[in-house]
Amino acid sequence: MRRYFGRKLLVYGLTFFVAVTINWMVPRFMPGDPVSSMVARTGASNPAAAETMRVYYTGLFGLDQPIWQQYFNFWATLFQGDFGISIWAFPTPVSEIILGAVPYTLALMIPAILLSWVVGNWFGAYAARRKALDNAVLPIGYILTAMPYMWLAVLLAWGLGVVAGLFPVAGGYSFSTRPNWSWDFFLDLLHHWTLPFASLFLAALGGWAIGMRNMIIYELESDYSNYLSALGAPQRLIRRYAFRNAVLPQITGLALQLGVLVAGALVTEIVFSYPGLGSLILKAIQNQDFFLLQGTFLFIVLGVLIANFIIDIVYVVVDPRTRAGMAGAQA
Amino acid sequence: MSLRVSDLKVYYKTLKGQVKALDGVSFEVGDREILGLAGESGCGKTTLGKSLIRMDGRMRHIGGTVELDGEEMPIGDDRRMNAFRFHEVSLIPQYSMSALNPTRKIGKMVAELLHSRGVALDAGKLRGRLDAVGLPHEVLDRYPIELSGGMKQRVVMVVSTLLDPSLLIADEITSALDVSTQKAVAGALAAFRDDGLVKSMIFVTHDLSLTYQIADTIMVMYAGKLAEKAPAKEIVEAPRHPYTRLLINSLPEVGVRYADRKLTGIAGSPPSLLNPPKGCRFRDRCPLAFAQCEQEPPVVEVAPNHSVACWKA
Amino acid sequence: MTALQEVPAQDAQAPAVVRREALHFALRNGKLVTGLAIVLFLLLLGLLGPVLIGGTPNAYGTRPMQPPSGEHWFGTTTFGQDVFTQFVHGLRTTFAVGALGGGIAAVIGMLVGFVAGYRGGLIDEALNMFTNIVLVIPTLAVLLIINAYLGVRSVGAQALFIGLTSWPWAARAIRAQTFSLRTRDFVDLARLSGANTWKIITREIAPNMSSYLFMTFILLFGGSILIASSLDFIGLGPTEGISLGLMLQNANQWSAMQLGLWWWFIPPGAGITAVVGALYVANVGLDEVFNPKLRET
Repeated sequence: MRRYFGRKLLVYGLTFFVAVTINWMVPRFMPGDPVSSMVARTGASNPAAAETMRVYYTGLFGLDQPIWQQYFNFWATLFQGDFGISIWAFPTPVSEIILGAVPYTLALMIPAILLSWVVGNWFGAYAARRKALDNAVLPIGYILTAMPYMWLAVLLAWGLGVVAGLFPVAGGYSFSTRPNWSWDFFLDLLHHWTLPFASLFLAALGGWAIGMRNMIIYELESDYSNYLSALGAPQRLIRRYAFRNAVLPQITGLALQLGVLVAGALVTEIVFSYPGLGSLILKAIQNQDFFLLQGTFLFIVLGVLIANFIIDIVYVVVDPRTRAGMAGAQA
Repeated sequence: MSLRVSDLKVYYKTLKGQVKALDGVSFEVGDREILGLAGESGCGKTTLGKSLIRMDGRMRHIGGTVELDGEEMPIGDDRRMNAFRFHEVSLIPQYSMSALNPTRKIGKMVAELLHSRGVALDAGKLRGRLDAVGLPHEVLDRYPIELSGGMKQRVVMVVSTLLDPSLLIADEITSALDVSTQKAVAGALAAFRDDGLVKSMIFVTHDLSLTYQIADTIMVMYAGKLAEKAPAKEIVEAPRHPYTRLLINSLPEVGVRYADRKLTGIAGSPPSLLNPPKGCRFRDRCPLAFAQCEQEPPVVEVAPNHSVACWKA
Repeated sequence: MTALQEVPAQDAQAPAVVRREALHFALRNGKLVTGLAIVLFLLLLGLLGPVLIGGTPNAYGTRPMQPPSGEHWFGTTTFGQDVFTQFVHGLRTTFAVGALGGGIAAVIGMLVGFVAGYRGGLIDEALNMFTNIVLVIPTLAVLLIINAYLGVRSVGAQALFIGLTSWPWAARAIRAQTFSLRTRDFVDLARLSGANTWKIITREIAPNMSSYLFMTFILLFGGSILIASSLDFIGLGPTEGISLGLMLQNANQWSAMQLGLWWWFIPPGAGITAVVGALYVANVGLDEVFNPKLRET
């Protein structure tokens, strides 16, 4: 088990290292001179910001310093929690803006991902049992997995928001209110949260249902299922075992899908102008705010790595084989 | 008489038509008898083994009856068959290495299995059975992955015989094991019979020499039909069916007597059972085939307990 | 000793027979036929549509915000652009991104998977580590950074970067398959007869899992289309031309939803869903054709 976690942590550590390196390298090695053109573009609208940018990039690229020194400096500033200053919201530090947006993204993503996983697995398990349900779950599942997240979001926003007028289609809360600790504000938040959540939930649902269905069918044809059937064990027991064993690859699947789910959450937020990281990214791109973009990138990578590690821990709890010190999940 | 099979026909349903895997087989297994079932791949011996306990989804019971201890078993009716399974008929499968649920401790799995069959777990009996096959009691607290292949094999043997079934089917259980383990497993199976844990046993294998060591009677099948059935010694020393003879000759060692024989495989392969040829099914490969083989040879008892389906026997 | 061996084993048949048999089942597989028909129809629409209709997809027209009519099949945008013209051009881009991105990812995935699976040992360890790292990094986030810094973005560059980042799961799957093939007799035989690694991989291993590789490519194809549409939607699509994702982005940016211009945002999303969904369904069909076990039931 120690080896299992050791390997995982090594991969995550290296991943973070690679992500930071990408972050450092991309602006440096892009064709042309993006820095000067960026500074020029920003300078037209906000001279003070342009000056900050010039100073930052001079420090970053160090001009007179050797490359390894520049790279080292980059890490040093990172460990001080310094992600730079936002151009779009000058002079707010990037880290502050991101921390303000993270709760919205998490509030949207965590329930949507977990619920779609649970409900999808549940549907899939039932579909594997009943032919009629199977015939309904499969096509719907395939359509949902093939749908781009933002299109489903647009359809829901248009149908339930614009046409039916049931839900607001923009923002995290009403424009007329200010965030405060009241019951009314909470309801307002919930009201705005519903559609983006539903959209994210539905888009992810189909994949889990199909995956679970296929896994259960595979498990029901496995040797241990056949043996139990030959000994006359009731279907109830066999299905219980099959379900338990089919859930394990679905947990691994959750880890593998995290990147796609995060991407889905980002574009869904953009559709609903939901004040999370997705909307931040859009603003960063529209305003050429590269500090903000790069900071968000590192936050997302960090979040995904932490989520991966949590899933690893859950896997160890659920799969006895990893605890028994034997091979279980792949590194 | 423990098991009586009469004119059993079991076909496979495939897209191309019916595969007549078991086409009218009759035999009996007595109390305290171990019947060795031998033949090439695809001769129908695995189909026979499955038919006696649980048919897979594509198998169809076309005709014939199976009686166990005087009671007819509804082998084509999966639901009604459940009453017999485990209690009366049990199975040690070919896939013993993967027959145990990987995410349950063995003790818990056994308890849940017994509970689901409405049987109370007799912990003392279970431990006694583990002792008998030389397994420490701690295996009950282990997951299957923590056990070696041989240990898993023995766990399955203990589980399958826990309710003292009347008939035990051992399906190719030794094919995945090395030679010394094979002998140990075969010995343990014989001990099950000797100790009265099981009344009778069908030992399915393609390995005639191993069958010879534990079986009282050997039945050789060919292309879905019975070719020859006789006491083990007679089958090996005085086979009557040309197929049995070729099969014996193709063995590297069955007693010293055959050690100097040339090792000959049997040319050709069994006929397709989708549209089996009329007459004797071994005809095309048989060195003795003659005109009469166009007609199907009946199973004839040529000596006491020795039946052969061949015109020249 | 399984029941299947009672009918002649697959290995004994001539390759031509196997191929003919696969075709026989392929033509009778509803999922495969339907999926392929949809994909082919949309592909033809994307290839021929722009030629037949002519015109530039982003040209402003004189009649903005028109609902679908005989003249404008899918209506017009707030700028009077013809949505149908944009749609057929967008389809073309979508297929291009899918084929290119999926193709690049498939090639990398195969290279890494084959070498890791066949060579094993230290090379496998290193490649596995590399694969895992690329696997954990959220693809879209990396693409965001790269594309944001590219001043001028083309469809080709977009597809290239998608291909470079979306191969890891394919590499893992192919590695596992290769691993199970490498100890087979025919591979041993080739090794004994002195064939080098490259030859064994291309002559012995790859042909034996060609159906699996093809299905992997299809999934990568669909995945590339979805990633590209997300990038386009965020505003990091190609700076020139049009794609289905860019259409969605434009519709969203210019409040098509609030203005009730449903014909602006329904077709591009439906187009993506149809292409990707049809690919997935065809893939399930292919699986049933190539995998006799699934076929029988």
